[in-house]
Amino acid sequence: MNFFYFASPSTFYRLAGILAPWCFAVAAILGAAGLYVGLVQAPTDAQQGEVYRVIFIHVPAAWMSMFLYFVMACYGAMSLTFNTRLAAMMARALAPTGAMFTFVALWTGAFWGRPTWGAYWVWDARLTSELVLLFLYFGFIALGNAFEDPRRGDRAAALLALIGVVNLPIIYFSVLWWNTLHQGSSVSFKGTSMHVSMLTGMLLMAFAFWSYSIGTALARVRTIILERERRTRWVRAL
Amino acid sequence: MKPRTRRAIWIVSGLAALGIASALVLNAFQSNLVFFFTPSQVAAHEAPSGRAFRIGGLVEAGSVVHEKDALTVHFRVTDTAQTIPVVFTGHLPDLFREGKGVVAQGRLMGDGTFHASDVLAKHDENYMPPEAAEALRKAGHPIDKAAFAGQKGKS
Repeated sequence: MNFFYFASPSTFYRLAGILAPWCFAVAAILGAAGLYVGLVQAPTDAQQGEVYRVIFIHVPAAWMSMFLYFVMACYGAMSLTFNTRLAAMMARALAPTGAMFTFVALWTGAFWGRPTWGAYWVWDARLTSELVLLFLYFGFIALGNAFEDPRRGDRAAALLALIGVVNLPIIYFSVLWWNTLHQGSSVSFKGTSMHVSMLTGMLLMAFAFWSYSIGTALARVRTIILERERRTRWVRAL
Repeated sequence: MKPRTRRAIWIVSGLAALGIASALVLNAFQSNLVFFFTPSQVAAHEAPSGRAFRIGGLVEAGSVVHEKDALTVHFRVTDTAQTIPVVFTGHLPDLFREGKGVVAQGRLMGDGTFHASDVLAKHDENYMPPEAAEALRKAGHPIDKAAFAGQKGKS
């Protein structure tokens, strides 16, 4: 089998159709396990009490918001260099999920900030750069749809996605580079400052969000393929 | 050269140029991107004078004094090197505690006290059950030793 076999929209359409339900099933199982560990098994926090449990949604959503943008930009770069149709469609399919996770991170953060910091929102470097990420996602979606010809929209949006990559290290390192109200990272490559069952719940939720993101992206790319290839013989034969 | 190689070179060099440009811009705005100034920075006159700004640090243990009206509170903010006395009238956040992180917005008066209009609590990135925190405290390792990890400009 050729390595590029699944780079053709018609073959990838079938592959995505098989994979997507499995992704949703894995997401549901991991999500249920993560919520059980996070909300039932994990102990109360010494400092914040029960309110810290927002972390089980907040941190995985924030991770996904950044990671999905990175993947989206990689697909954008691929579509610009190799002029591949499927990569551009995948970038478009990821954007709404990424924007959703960015919004969830900001929204849960606001409701975490009010009881702990004493404010829903502050203009510190971490919060502001995450808000910029949300607008980058909106810009990507809007720019892609602003052209009559979807291939031109692909190119313009991919370019915007690549420019926005600059924001990712700013979000991630903002708490190290500047004084921020937002606390530093609890989990890094060097280790963690979290109790082990808290960390387990958070990682389970993160993997659930991963699986969900792959599932939604595959389901969405199927509709994009159908829409763009509607005049081809294989779609008519469906 | 293949067209796709040329496009790849364009993209990589464009990203590199963009990265360098944003690094320079961020470096130039370094001082404007801080959310608060530490007491050491205030002592070194790095904080803006004549307008409101934020200070951040730890609430010095044993420094919190409530006035009779129960709304006005005096405390000292420290970064273990320098200390600033703060006066605040209003509602304190739940996590405001002695030895914990705090960020106060207000003005520095001529007598060196900081008149705060807003007080925010800054918590750290350590999460542990109360028993673990108690054990650490007994062992002589209070968890807030590094409560302000990630703080820039500490002297």
